[in-house]
Amino acid sequence: MKKADERKKGFIKDLTLYILKGGKGYYSLLIFLSLVIMLWFFGLYHQFSKGLIVTNLTDQVNWGLYLSNFTFLVGVAAGAVTIVFPSYVYHHKQLKEVAVVGEMLAIAAVVMCLLFVIVHLGRPDRLLHIIPGIGVFNFPASMLAWDVLVLNGYLILNLVCAFYYLYKKYKGEEVKKSFFMPIVYIAIVWALSIHTVTAFLYNTMPARAAWNHSILPIKFISTAFASGPAILIITFLIIRKKTKLKIGDEAIDMLSQIFVWCLGIGLFLMFSEIVTAFYHTTEHAYGLKYLISGLHGYSKLVPWYWVSTIFMTFSFIFLLFPSLRKNHKLLPIACVLSIIGIWIEKGLAFVLPGFFPTSLGEVVEYSPSLVEITISSGNWAVGLFLFVILVKGSIGILTKEVTA
Amino acid sequence: MYKKETKESVDNAERRDFFKKVGLGGVKAVAGAAALFTGSNEAEAAVSWARWFQKNFRLMTEEEKDKAISYLEKKYSEKFEKQMDVDKSPAMEDVLFGYALNIQTCIGCRRCVKACAEENNQSRHDPEIEWIRVLQMEKGNFSIENKGEAVSGNTLNVGEYAHKNAGVTLEGEHYYEPEKVPEKDFFYFPVQCMQCENPPCVKVCPIQATWREPDGIVVIDYDWCFGCRMCMSACPYGARHFNWGKPNLPKENVNPDTHYLGNRPRTNGVMEKCTFCIQRVREGRYPACLEACPVGARKFGNLLDPESEIRKILENKRVFRSKVELNTYPKFFYYID
Repeated sequence: MKKADERKKGFIKDLTLYILKGGKGYYSLLIFLSLVIMLWFFGLYHQFSKGLIVTNLTDQVNWGLYLSNFTFLVGVAAGAVTIVFPSYVYHHKQLKEVAVVGEMLAIAAVVMCLLFVIVHLGRPDRLLHIIPGIGVFNFPASMLAWDVLVLNGYLILNLVCAFYYLYKKYKGEEVKKSFFMPIVYIAIVWALSIHTVTAFLYNTMPARAAWNHSILPIKFISTAFASGPAILIITFLIIRKKTKLKIGDEAIDMLSQIFVWCLGIGLFLMFSEIVTAFYHTTEHAYGLKYLISGLHGYSKLVPWYWVSTIFMTFSFIFLLFPSLRKNHKLLPIACVLSIIGIWIEKGLAFVLPGFFPTSLGEVVEYSPSLVEITISSGNWAVGLFLFVILVKGSIGILTKEVTA
Repeated sequence: MYKKETKESVDNAERRDFFKKVGLGGVKAVAGAAALFTGSNEAEAAVSWARWFQKNFRLMTEEEKDKAISYLEKKYSEKFEKQMDVDKSPAMEDVLFGYALNIQTCIGCRRCVKACAEENNQSRHDPEIEWIRVLQMEKGNFSIENKGEAVSGNTLNVGEYAHKNAGVTLEGEHYYEPEKVPEKDFFYFPVQCMQCENPPCVKVCPIQATWREPDGIVVIDYDWCFGCRMCMSACPYGARHFNWGKPNLPKENVNPDTHYLGNRPRTNGVMEKCTFCIQRVREGRYPACLEACPVGARKFGNLLDPESEIRKILENKRVFRSKVELNTYPKFFYYID
C-alpha cells in the first residue's frame, strides 16, 4: 500500500515537473493566457459585486453570450468522443495512441461549460442549492438539473479514463481491460447524453418557438461532431510540428472524414429547418427571419449568420475533395472556418432567436457588454490553459519522456 | 399563528420525509443540515446557522420560518427605517384563486401597473420592474391605401390587403405614451402572471425555488433562487422579472406590510413576479391592481366557490385565456360582456 502511494506521488511529481518545462512558444502561450485570466478576475469582481446589470442582458433577452458559449462548449466536449469511438470500437490503431488527447479536450471543455454556467447565475454564491443532497435538486423535472448531472458525470468519467490510462502508461503496464473498457463505453454513450440534454434544455420550452423543435438534439450532435474533430485536427497538427509525439496521417484523415460528414449532416438539418419554418412562415420562422434578413428592421445578427453559413458551407464543399482534405496546409483553414461558423451557429445565432420576438411580441436587440466579453474570454483562457498543460503532460507520457 | 393543519404543512412533512430518504448523506458535517434529521429539536441548532445555510422555505419547520422571518423583519426595519412586517400565512383550505379581466372595458390607463409597483415593493429604477404589462393592440385596418403592403411579403398570392389584421394575440406595444387613454384606434390587453395550474416556470426550475401553492398561486423563495433564469425563458407570458442589479426601492415608497413569498423586498440577482398580492388575498382582501382599476375591469375570487363573482363570470361571459395551446392552464381569464 505504501509503495503504491509513493508511486502515485512519483506520477504526479514527474508529470508536474514535465509540464513546467517547455520551450519559448509554450511559455509565451501560457503567459498570454495568464494575462487574459488576470483581466478575467477583474471582470468577475465587477460582475459579482454589482450584479448582472453590468451585462447587456435584459428581461426581454435574458440569456446571452454566456449560455451561447456554454452550448458551443458542450458540443466540443461531446465532440471529443469522435476520437474515442473509432479508437475503442473500431480499434483504429493510430487514433488509439492519441485518444487521451481527446479526453483532455473533453475535460477542458466541460470545465469551461461549468464556468460559463456559474457566471450566468444571478446568485453564484447560492451554487450549493443545486448540489444534490445539500440543496433541493428538481430532478427529473428540470432539464438544467439533468444537465448538471450529465456534465459533472462526463467530467468524472473523462478524468478517470484519461488519468488511469496515463498512469498505466507511466508505469509501463497494460491497462486492466475489465476496469478500463466499461468506463470507455459508458463515456462514449455519456458524450451523446450531454449534448442531447443541453438541446432538451432549450427545445422543451414551447414558449420559445424558435427553439421548440425536435430536430435540435441531432443538429447539436452533428455540428458538435464537426467542431470537436476540427479542434482536435488543429491540435494534432501543432503537436506533430512542435513535439516529438508522432501522429499518423491516417489518424488525421479519419478525423477529417468524420468532420466533413457530420458537418454535412448539420447543414442538411439547418436546411430542413429553414424549409419547414418558411413554407408558411409561422411563429417558428420569426427567429430564423431575424437571422437571415432581420425582423422589423432589427438585424444585428444578420452578418454573423451569413458569415457562419458561408464558412460552414465552404468548409464542407472544400473537404469533400480527398486531395484537399489530405493537404495538411489547407486542412487547418477549413477547420478554423468551421469552428468559427459553428461557434456562431450554435452560440448567439442559436440562443438569441429564441427571444425574437419575446413572448410578448417585442424585439429588443442584444450585443454583449465589455464585461461579458472579458469574462467569456477569461473562461476560454482558463480552459485553454488547462487544455495546453493537460496535453503537454499527456505528450510527455505518450513519448515515454515521463516514466516511472 | 396556525389555526389548523393546512394542506401546505402536510405537504411539507411529506417532503421532509422524502428528503430524509433520498439522501442528505454527505451533508451531516454541516450543522444546519444535521438538524434536518433530528426533527423538532432543530430550533436550537438553527440559532447558530449561518443564514447562508438557510433552507428552502418549503422545507423549513415553523420554528425555522419564524427565525428567518424575525431576522428579515429586523434587517428590513433597519434598512427602511420603519417597522416592517413579514407574514407567512399559508394557503386557506378549499380556496383556488382566479382572476378575470374584461378587455372590453379596459381603457389602458395603467393605474394597475403603478398600484402594483407600489404595493409590491418593486425596484423603481435600474432595473425598473413592473409586473403588469398593458399591451396596446391596434385595431384592424383593411384599407385600399394599404394595397400591396402584404403581411408576408415573401408569398405571392395572399395577404394583399391584410396589412394590419385585428386581434393578433400578443403583438402589442406596451411602451405607448398617449396624451389620453383610451385611444380611438386601439384596445388594451393587460398581461401579468397567469398563475398557471401547469406552470412551465415551476417545472424548469433546477432547485425548486419556485412552486405552486395549494391556493394556486405560483410563488418564489427569494432566499433560495440563484438566478439561472430558466423560468424566465420558459414563461410564455413574459411574467417573470429579474433583479439585474441591486433593487432601488426608496425608503419613503416601501410598503411595510409584506409576505415572505410575496412583496418583501428582494435582493440582487433573483427572480420575481406577480403573486395575486399574496399578502392581501390570504387576508381576504383584493389584489392592489383590482382596487386601482377605475373602470372595474378586474375581477378576483375563489374558483372553488360556486357563488363567487369569478365563477359567475366564467358561467355567463365570453371567456378566453391566453396561449392555451401551450397547456399551461392559466387561472387568469379574459372576457367580454
